[in-house]
Amino acid sequence: MQRTNEIIARAKELLASGEVNRVLGWRKGEYSYDQSPAVFTESNIDELVYDDFSTPNLSKYLVKETLKEGKIAVLMKPSDSYSLNQLLTEHRVKRENIYVIGIPAESEIDLRKIEALGVKGITDIEADETNVTIKSIYGDKTVAKSDVLLDRSINGKGTKHVIYDELLCCTEDEEAVNEDTTSRFDQLKEIEAMSSDERYEFWRSELSKCIRCNACRNVCPACTCRTCVFDNPDSQVDAKANTTSFEENMFHIIRAFHVAGRCTDCGECSRVCPQNIPLHLLNRKFIKDMNENYGEYQAGAVEGSRAPLVSFTTEDIEPNAISDGGKA
Amino acid sequence: MSEIKDTLIPSVGIITDIRQDTSDVKTFRVNAIGPDGKPNGKLFEHMPGQCAMVSVPGVGEGMFSITSSPTNKEFMEFSIKRCGHLTTFLHQLEVGSLITVRGPYGRPFPVNETVEVQGVNLKGEDLLFIAGGIGLAPLRSVINYVKDNRADYGEVDVVYGARTVKDLVDTDDLALWKNEIEGFHVHLTIDVEEENWQEHVDNVGFVPNYVKELVAAGKISKNKKVLICGPPIMIKFTLQGLLEQGFTYEQVFTTMELRMKCAIGKCGRCNIGSKYVCKDGPVFRFDELNALTGEY
Amino acid sequence: MKKIAVSRLPELYAMITASQKLYLPVENGGKAEYKEYSEGADVALEAVNTVKSAKDFIFPQSEDLCGFKVTEKTIEVLDLKKASEPFVLFGVRACDAKSFEILDNVFLKGYLDTYYEAKRKAGTIVTHACNAPDTSCFCSTFGIDASDPAGDVTTWTTDDTLYWQANTEKGEKLTEAVSSLLEDADEKAVEAKKNEIKEITEKLPYAHLSLKGFDEYNKENLDRLFNAPEWNELSEACLGCGTCTFVCPTCQCYDIRDFKTNDGIKRFRCWDSCMFSDFTKCAHGNMRNTQMQRYRQRFMHKLYYYPDNNEGTFGCVGCGRCVAKCPQHLNIVKVIKKLGTDGGNK
Repeated sequence: MQRTNEIIARAKELLASGEVNRVLGWRKGEYSYDQSPAVFTESNIDELVYDDFSTPNLSKYLVKETLKEGKIAVLMKPSDSYSLNQLLTEHRVKRENIYVIGIPAESEIDLRKIEALGVKGITDIEADETNVTIKSIYGDKTVAKSDVLLDRSINGKGTKHVIYDELLCCTEDEEAVNEDTTSRFDQLKEIEAMSSDERYEFWRSELSKCIRCNACRNVCPACTCRTCVFDNPDSQVDAKANTTSFEENMFHIIRAFHVAGRCTDCGECSRVCPQNIPLHLLNRKFIKDMNENYGEYQAGAVEGSRAPLVSFTTEDIEPNAISDGGKA
Repeated sequence: MSEIKDTLIPSVGIITDIRQDTSDVKTFRVNAIGPDGKPNGKLFEHMPGQCAMVSVPGVGEGMFSITSSPTNKEFMEFSIKRCGHLTTFLHQLEVGSLITVRGPYGRPFPVNETVEVQGVNLKGEDLLFIAGGIGLAPLRSVINYVKDNRADYGEVDVVYGARTVKDLVDTDDLALWKNEIEGFHVHLTIDVEEENWQEHVDNVGFVPNYVKELVAAGKISKNKKVLICGPPIMIKFTLQGLLEQGFTYEQVFTTMELRMKCAIGKCGRCNIGSKYVCKDGPVFRFDELNALTGEY
Repeated sequence: MKKIAVSRLPELYAMITASQKLYLPVENGGKAEYKEYSEGADVALEAVNTVKSAKDFIFPQSEDLCGFKVTEKTIEVLDLKKASEPFVLFGVRACDAKSFEILDNVFLKGYLDTYYEAKRKAGTIVTHACNAPDTSCFCSTFGIDASDPAGDVTTWTTDDTLYWQANTEKGEKLTEAVSSLLEDADEKAVEAKKNEIKEITEKLPYAHLSLKGFDEYNKENLDRLFNAPEWNELSEACLGCGTCTFVCPTCQCYDIRDFKTNDGIKRFRCWDSCMFSDFTKCAHGNMRNTQMQRYRQRFMHKLYYYPDNNEGTFGCVGCGRCVAKCPQHLNIVKVIKKLGTDGGNK
């Protein structure tokens, strides 16, 4: 609440001074947990909120917003700032139309994990520093906050904003990159330990849940093609449903390839999937392999940096090193 | 519950003639196929203003107005402008090529008591047809129907405009209506002046203005029932002019086109508010459209 | 009224499976999903909402319509409609059961959709009362009673017993087929259960939603709703994905596509979404160019167009799937509250 008030106060200053004409943030929902991204002006800025449930990454909305007249202020969590940097690198947003307000990360709560606790009839959710209390018509339940966080905030990118015009509710001294760059790959170990047949079965089983809603693609800050190949009638691969049992696998695998080197590991794909498919693991595997084969690289860390797959150096490994499909 | 079943499965038709109307419009004559593989009559009967789903298997399916009159007992025709994926493919077909057709679909123009709109039909009425560009195609079916049932209708005016003389479609029909049919008056216009235009058309100027002039000059009476089809912007300004000159929405009929997939009111994309163009239209009277959302 | 011990349900499932296919909610990675029953399946009968609704079984996500064998001189049209084997859909909720009636109005009225009809006829719907309605449930808004669902057979569970009530001829037939496992029962336990569920339903977060403002179908109200400036705010975060449509039990829009196989051309239909940017796109333009227009279409369809065409029956059953699943928390409840004339609250 304290932070929300500070943010609203600062947003009002920026709007009043004419520095910006809109503010991109999160709007209060019916309850604490159902916030939506929203663009505010002076008339509705009081509906803005920022807390543990302000999970959506706002960066991609800037693609559309910066085409409009005037400057927009955007509330930028550390992790999401990587996405913005990547969009700038790809010239998908207009920097001159953005005023970036770096805000500290909250501990983002994963509604899926709450759902998985089996609490039904939720009337509201309250969170403090260490605990989350789920209020329900069948009784309340309190759990440790650390048990219901989005995976991305556990294996997060640290407190550093890679791009900002000003910091709010935090200072430059507190800006720190995550020293630990590898623990986020722990989730992959289990899959890597599988035999290739088991791994194939694992992904077939996960991806066959796909209902082809395209939420993962539409939310992804790296998916900004004006017309996606899967929507383009001239591409011959456009489709709204799987015509073969392998088709949805194609969709996700092609998408993972397409964002390889550009994916900042923001985790939105997994957050939005209605079927809880752990899509971010595909992307993480790409990141890990690229790190191992081409040296460490974090997409979006530095604006204008060239991803390993689009820059050739004589140090690059030979393609045949991975051509056996990882069976070695 | 209806008895019309399996309408999503088409019949096979054979193209028996192709006429190049303009640089991007062709008229395809289609027949059913007999047991010997030869052209054999019509695929089905229809009423003027109704449509059919024409398809090239593997390419796609699209809704097209049937532009021949039901009084033609030998074949049916579709005038198709090349503008997208399917139509480009259709334009590459030759006489003898096979296509699939299903239909007829939609509410026709109210040419008689069996197909009334809002309880009225056009029998005994004086008629004014207004068309722009390829918009003549859906009206051609009605005009020829009126021609072939001449005694049932009053005076007929046809105002038709295109960008240039070369863009006028159905010129044979236009000449026939103008010269040989009692009580038919054809008024042709083109958007921009060109050399010797007087040999081909009566006027230079946009359709909305031309209609206004004709009505103002008393050449077209205000009691006519109006059937209009053409680019949305032409319809908009022509309608505006007609209303200014004392016509009412209840006098004016048009035919709509939106994206369609099923043609039977189920696939959900061609609605304007609560109405589906494919089954509640494509023919609407303007007061009916006014009651909808304007999302077209 | 009949009954069977909950512990003996696997026997019941097995007996049904002996003569026809049985689909029921099965635990699937933390979610319930309708699957074909097989011995030892982890049946999730008390899970309230499956991710995808039960409509999949009568209106599948993709379905072959016809095939074409094309040679230079001929096109042969093949009817690819499959004969529908009888099946039982078990554990259907009151909301999903109602959704079938809503789909019937679309597919069985006017032009008869024989693909749909065949599956509708082949299926016996066994519904199950909701013991624990969930966060986003609001079926009562649409007059649906979660404690007493429709269907060919209605079932209720108390702690250890499943009660069974046949409602239709199809239901009687199924009851007959499994009668050796069923015992007679009185209605007392079920009545108590119904009251218990009704009490819970009253306490749900969305229990008192009001549809005032969506109940008059005239030009004035249409313009008020269609032109409401609130649509901009309601839709601004919309990703244009198809989650809400694909989890919805009443969304019926479909696309028709051709697919070239080695063995000729297959024409199939598949679910489509009015939220997708190409839904109304055609060669000469797109009458719904913005996401706001597409968003408005979806909710106007549920709350105005459909009832306008169907004697006031709404095109929503309040299952709450879209509420729970929208990645950005945009939903029909917010629409009702913003555009209802009494703020969406009774």
